Amino acid sequence: MHRIIARAQLSPNVTRLVVEAPHLAEIRQPGQFVIVRLGPGAERIPLTIADADPAAGTISLVIQSIGKSTADLVELQPGDEIRDVAGPLGQPTELITAGHAVCVGGGVGTAVILPIAQGLHRNGVQVTSVIGGRSREWVILEDELRANGEVVTCTDDGSYGRAGFVTQALADLIEADGIDAVYAVGPVPMMRAVSELTRPHGIPTTVSLNAIMVDGTGMCGGCRVSVDGENRYACVEGPEFDGHQVDFDLLADRLGTYRTFEQAANEFRERCRVGLTRPAPAESEVAR
Amino acid sequence: MTDRPELTPKERMALDRVAMPEQAAELRAVNFREVNLGLTEQLAFIEAERCLQCPKPYCIDGCPVRVNIPRFIKHLREGDLPGAADSLLDDNALPCITGRVCPQETQCEGLCLRGKKGNPVAIGHLERFVADWAQAHPELLADGAVAPSGRTVAIVGSGPAGLTAAGELAKRGHDVTIFEAFHAAGGVLVYGIPEFRLPKDIVQAEVNRLVEAGVKIEANAIIGKTYTLPELRERFDAVFVAVGAGLPVFMDVAGENLKGVYSANEYLTRVNLMGAWQPESDTPVLHGQRVVVVGGGNVAMDSVRTARRLGAAEAVIVYRRGRDELPARAEEVHHAEQEGVRFEFLLSPIEVVGDEGGWVTGLRCQRMELGEPDEGGRRRPEPVPDSELTIDCDMVVVAIGTRSNPLLTSTAPDLDLNQWGYIVTDEYGMTSMPGVFAGGDIVRGAATVILAMGDGKRSAKAINAYLAGVWPPTDEAGDARAAAEAAAS
Repeated sequence: MHRIIARAQLSPNVTRLVVEAPHLAEIRQPGQFVIVRLGPGAERIPLTIADADPAAGTISLVIQSIGKSTADLVELQPGDEIRDVAGPLGQPTELITAGHAVCVGGGVGTAVILPIAQGLHRNGVQVTSVIGGRSREWVILEDELRANGEVVTCTDDGSYGRAGFVTQALADLIEADGIDAVYAVGPVPMMRAVSELTRPHGIPTTVSLNAIMVDGTGMCGGCRVSVDGENRYACVEGPEFDGHQVDFDLLADRLGTYRTFEQAANEFRERCRVGLTRPAPAESEVAR
Repeated sequence: MTDRPELTPKERMALDRVAMPEQAAELRAVNFREVNLGLTEQLAFIEAERCLQCPKPYCIDGCPVRVNIPRFIKHLREGDLPGAADSLLDDNALPCITGRVCPQETQCEGLCLRGKKGNPVAIGHLERFVADWAQAHPELLADGAVAPSGRTVAIVGSGPAGLTAAGELAKRGHDVTIFEAFHAAGGVLVYGIPEFRLPKDIVQAEVNRLVEAGVKIEANAIIGKTYTLPELRERFDAVFVAVGAGLPVFMDVAGENLKGVYSANEYLTRVNLMGAWQPESDTPVLHGQRVVVVGGGNVAMDSVRTARRLGAAEAVIVYRRGRDELPARAEEVHHAEQEGVRFEFLLSPIEVVGDEGGWVTGLRCQRMELGEPDEGGRRRPEPVPDSELTIDCDMVVVAIGTRSNPLLTSTAPDLDLNQWGYIVTDEYGMTSMPGVFAGGDIVRGAATVILAMGDGKRSAKAINAYLAGVWPPTDEAGDARAAAEAAAS
C-alpha cells in the first residue's frame, strides 16, 4: 500500500499526487516510470516518476485524466492509498554532461521533462525549458522547471507567455544559439514536429513514448514501437528513443487500439456520476 | 477406513477407467467456469481400485516431482483421505494445480502398466480429487510446523518453480521470501493459464497455504529493477531464480504491428491476470469475432478457447505442422475441438493483412508439407510452392513460444548465460554465482508447469544441502545435517 501524502491540481485535467514509496524515491533516475494499480479490478497504468524526495520517502506522479482508470486515480485524496506501485521501470534518460539542452514539454509531457531538466541541471548543463498549453491554465510545472534553468512558456491563444506552439519557440532557439540536445515529451504530433524541426540541424533529439503497456517488464510486447525500422519494446528498451528514428504514425495508430473502450467507459462513468459528484478539488496543494 | 471387501485381481482388471465429469461443450464454450468438474467420491474410489499397486511402479519414474503415486492411491482406496492427502502433499507442493494441468498422458499415465492393455489409471484425476479434498479440509491434515533454521532464502518469481521451492524450503524451517514482479503471486498459473482450466481461487489457496507456512511474498518487486540479483545475494543466505522465460516471440512477418495482433502473453494476461473477461475489470481486451491463433501448444489452445468464450464466432488454430505434431496436451486439443475450434494444419503465416484504419482483416498463409525430421525428431515443415491463401479475421494471437527476458540477467554480470540468454547451472541447479540457484523456463527454455516444479523441488533440496554446508550435496546428507541443525536451534 502506498499512501497519498499530497495532491495538487496543476491544470484543469492534470493532477499531481505525492505518493509514499521510500525505496523508489531512493533509486529512481530521470526518465524512469512506475506501473500503478489502484486496487482490485483496476488497470495497470504506466506513469513517469516526475519527481522524488528521498528524505521524505515520496515520489510525485503527474496524471492526466483521460479515461476511467486515470479519472479514478486523480480523485484520490491525501490519506487514500494506491495498492500497487511497481518500478522503477524503463531505461534512465541519457543525459548530456555539458553544453546547452532544450527541454520541450507539451501538456502532461511537461511532467516527464521535469526530472530530465533536473538531471541536466545537476550535470551542469545549461537548460532551457519550452513548455506550452492551450491557454494559461494549461501550463504546468513552470516554477519547478525555472529552478533548473530558463523557461519559455507558450500558449495557443497567447493568454500567457508567447503566442503559438512550442515548436515555434524551439525554432527561434535553434536559430539563435547552438543547441547540443533536445528532449521532447508531449502529444505524438508535438514530438513528431519537434523531431522534424531538429532533424535538418542534426541536433540529437530524445522523445519519450507513451505506448500501451500491461506488465512493463517486456513480457507482453504490447508496447512495441518501430525505431529505425526495428521493433523495440518501449517498456524495457525505452521509453525514450531517438526522435529522428521513431515511426510516430505507428505509435499514434496503436495508441488508438482501445479508444472505443475508453469512450464507452467514460460515458458510463459520467452517467453513473449524475448527482454523485465530489466537491471541486482544491486549487492549491492539500497536505496532511 | 472402508469395509469394502478387497477386490480379486480379475475384478480389478474388469474395472474400466471412469470418465471425468465435465461441463457440456456448448455451455462451457460461452462461460469461464472450469471445464472439468472433478470426480465424485464414488468415482474416485472406483478409479483407485484400478491401480495394481505394482511392486516396481513405473508411474513414479514418469513424474518430474516423483510423487509416490501407488502410496496415495492406496490410502485413497482404503478410504483414508487424510492419509492420501498427507502422502500426496509430502511429495508435491501444488497438487491441486498439477492434477489439472500436467500432461499425464506423456508422464505418469504414459508409463502405467494398465495402459499397456486398455486405459491407464486416471492418476491425474485422482490427484486432483485428493488435492481438492485436502484444500477443503486443512484441519484434518498433518501439522507441518517445523523449527526455524535461522537461514534465509530469496526466491525470484512466484510461478510453479518458485512456489514449489518455497514450499520445500519452508518445510525445512528456512525463512523464505518470494519476490514477484506482478501485483499477484502465481506467475504463469495466474497470468497464463485461463480460469476455465485452472480457477484462480485454487491457485490463491495454494499460495495461501505457503503463506500460512511462513513464506513471505513481496509483490511489485522486479529483480533487475527494484533490486538487483547481487543485492539479493547479499541480503539472503541463498537465492533461487525462477523468473520464467518471459519475452514473447513474434512471427517476424509484415503487418504484425496492426491493431488486433496480440502476443499470447498479452492476450492471456489481459484476460486472466487483469480479469478482462469480467465486467468489473477496468482492463480492456479486444473481443475478436473471427480470431486466428498461430501455434499448436498449450498456450495456443488456451488462447483460442479464451477467444471462443469472449464471443468469437470463428476461432481457428493455424499450425505449421500436422495434428500428430501438436505439442499441446491431448485433453486441451480434444476440448478445443468440442468447443467448436477449427484446426488448420500445415499452414504457416506469411503476412498479417490490414485495412486503412490499421486494423487486422486477415492472415495470409502458405501451405506446408512435412519433410525430413529435424534435430528434435519432429518432421520439418516445408512450404508448398504457389499455395498461398488468406484467412479472413479481425484478430490474430501469436502463440509460437517465448524467449529469455534479460531484465534480471543484465544486472548480474557474474551470472553465466548460454547463447540464447538462459541461465547456465551445474548438475545441482547452482549458477556461476555461488549460493544462487536457478530453475524453470529461465534455465530450460519454455516448458511445462510440472517440469518447472521438478526444478523447484530439486533446487530446494540442493539449497538445503548448501545451507547445511554439505557441498556438493551427498544425497540425503544435506537433509540429515539440516534436520539436525534445525533440531538443535
